[in-house]
Amino acid sequence: MKVTAKEVRHIANLSRLTVPDSEMEKFTEQFNQILNYADILQELDTNGIVPTPYVLPISNVLREDIAVEGVSHEDALLNAPEVHNGGFKVPRVIE
Amino acid sequence: MDLYKNAAHELHEKLVKKEISSVELTISIYNRIDQVEDSVKAYLTLDKENALEQAAKVDKIIASGEKIAPLAGIPGAIKDNISTKGLRTTCSSKMLENFTPIYDAHVIQKLRADETIFIGKTNMDEFAMGSTTETSYFQTTHNPWNLERVPGGSSGGSAAAVVAGEAIWSLGSDTGGSIRQPASFTGCVGIKPTYGRVSRYGCVAFASSLDQIGPITRDVTDAATVLNTICGVCTMDSTSLHEEVPDFTKALTNDVKGLRIGVPKEYYAAGLDPKVDGVLKKALADYEAMGAKIVDVSLPHTEYAVITYYIIAPAEASANLARFDGVRYGYRDMKATSAPEMTTASRTEGFGAEVKRRIMLGTYVLSSGYYDAYYLKAMQVRTLIRQDFAKAFEQCDVLLTPTSPVVAYPIDGKMDPLAIYLLDVCTIPVNLAGLPGISIPAGFVDGMPVGMQLIGKVLDEETILRAAYAFEQSHDYHKVMAPLGGK
Repeated sequence: MKVTAKEVRHIANLSRLTVPDSEMEKFTEQFNQILNYADILQELDTNGIVPTPYVLPISNVLREDIAVEGVSHEDALLNAPEVHNGGFKVPRVIE
Repeated sequence: MDLYKNAAHELHEKLVKKEISSVELTISIYNRIDQVEDSVKAYLTLDKENALEQAAKVDKIIASGEKIAPLAGIPGAIKDNISTKGLRTTCSSKMLENFTPIYDAHVIQKLRADETIFIGKTNMDEFAMGSTTETSYFQTTHNPWNLERVPGGSSGGSAAAVVAGEAIWSLGSDTGGSIRQPASFTGCVGIKPTYGRVSRYGCVAFASSLDQIGPITRDVTDAATVLNTICGVCTMDSTSLHEEVPDFTKALTNDVKGLRIGVPKEYYAAGLDPKVDGVLKKALADYEAMGAKIVDVSLPHTEYAVITYYIIAPAEASANLARFDGVRYGYRDMKATSAPEMTTASRTEGFGAEVKRRIMLGTYVLSSGYYDAYYLKAMQVRTLIRQDFAKAFEQCDVLLTPTSPVVAYPIDGKMDPLAIYLLDVCTIPVNLAGLPGISIPAGFVDGMPVGMQLIGKVLDEETILRAAYAFEQSHDYHKVMAPLGGK
């Protein structure tokens, strides 16, 4: 087994997710099934092979430094779950 | 008149000749939706009022004698991960159930400029993660060829809508096959353009180095027409290619004499349904009879493509979907009493199982201690897969493969995630290499459509369109209407 239920819980926390105890066994099993399958990549010698993060030969794309209209304050708040005084409202951040 | 049965290029002629009106056509589509949508379930949102208003506007333009664009007044459907200003865009997720975009995707801006009609937004796998539409939070779409089977995915709603006559054309998005595989399963045409051809601005990001928007249509001419409209430079997408966009319809010459068609043996290996294999062998013979040359080629790293994809795509997804934090938009858990708790609860309740699985897989392969073994390794293998294609294209102009090793399977939701992932073997390598690919109907197996995939060189959509068109014109598969029945 590549990862235990404890590690799955840790990954879930890093992902800001929780896996309910009732689903943990099945979830861990499926997770391991995929990671075990990934072992086939180790058959390949990739020493010195340049990785491909993107297929295009594009790096930085720049435009003229001219101010253009962005999203309006009003529009930015349209889909907010809670708004207060023209800002996004969230529950308490610091205990 | 059953206007919904026509292709866009036929309807354009009728509109220009004033044989029909756009309002008449749009009403015909909504009437068809009233008849069949209960059994197909292709749509999540319909926009009838605006569609009819837009149709009336196009009719006025035509009456005034002004020239209209090829898609003007012709009803299409948009996958629900493409932003439409003022029209709900959910990604088939509870997370975005009540999300209304404040801007249009680049492709939508272009289509609006051409005065096209948007019928509504189509069902998909949640955040485009899936191959069946079964991971949708809202509903599973049914295959118009057999309502007990999946339409493929993730753009299953867009494909089913076109095939069932609920739209004339549609847009999908393709990260690992999500346009081509549903086109194959439902017997229509779907193109994934070269990476960078079509702007991703306004397409909700899944895996940014792989995502690409493309057309789903009844025939190859319509695919070329939609592609003409949506391609082009966009300043809001840093991966938008600054390349000349040809008139793709000019590539439809109905001539494949001397065309070198490569047959990669790895795509015809174990796992390929023998009946699907038979359909493709016949297609190859047909091409040969039309004067094309068949060349055996090898893409030796094919077997590593699926897992490479299922490391890279989740890694990118875990970063992209981090934006759903319950603060600015999307679902929020209202019970949480602190901000961190609220974010975790909102994500846990807002995302479905497959999305959570991929976010966590991505988080794992990017986490300290595993990055080199998984993510870096996968990016290196991606290079090997690209090199395979480059070598094969020294010997041929296009590659011909199955789109999927199987035909559409029954809706049951019981397959293992890995078993479903492995069925993407024919489409995934094309995304990893950033190449254009098209799926067109190649025949039937037991009453279900079989798709064949043509893969082209970077920026060479024209050759795959040319090859696809020649095959289509010598067969009638694209003219057979789906029966909308059971077994």
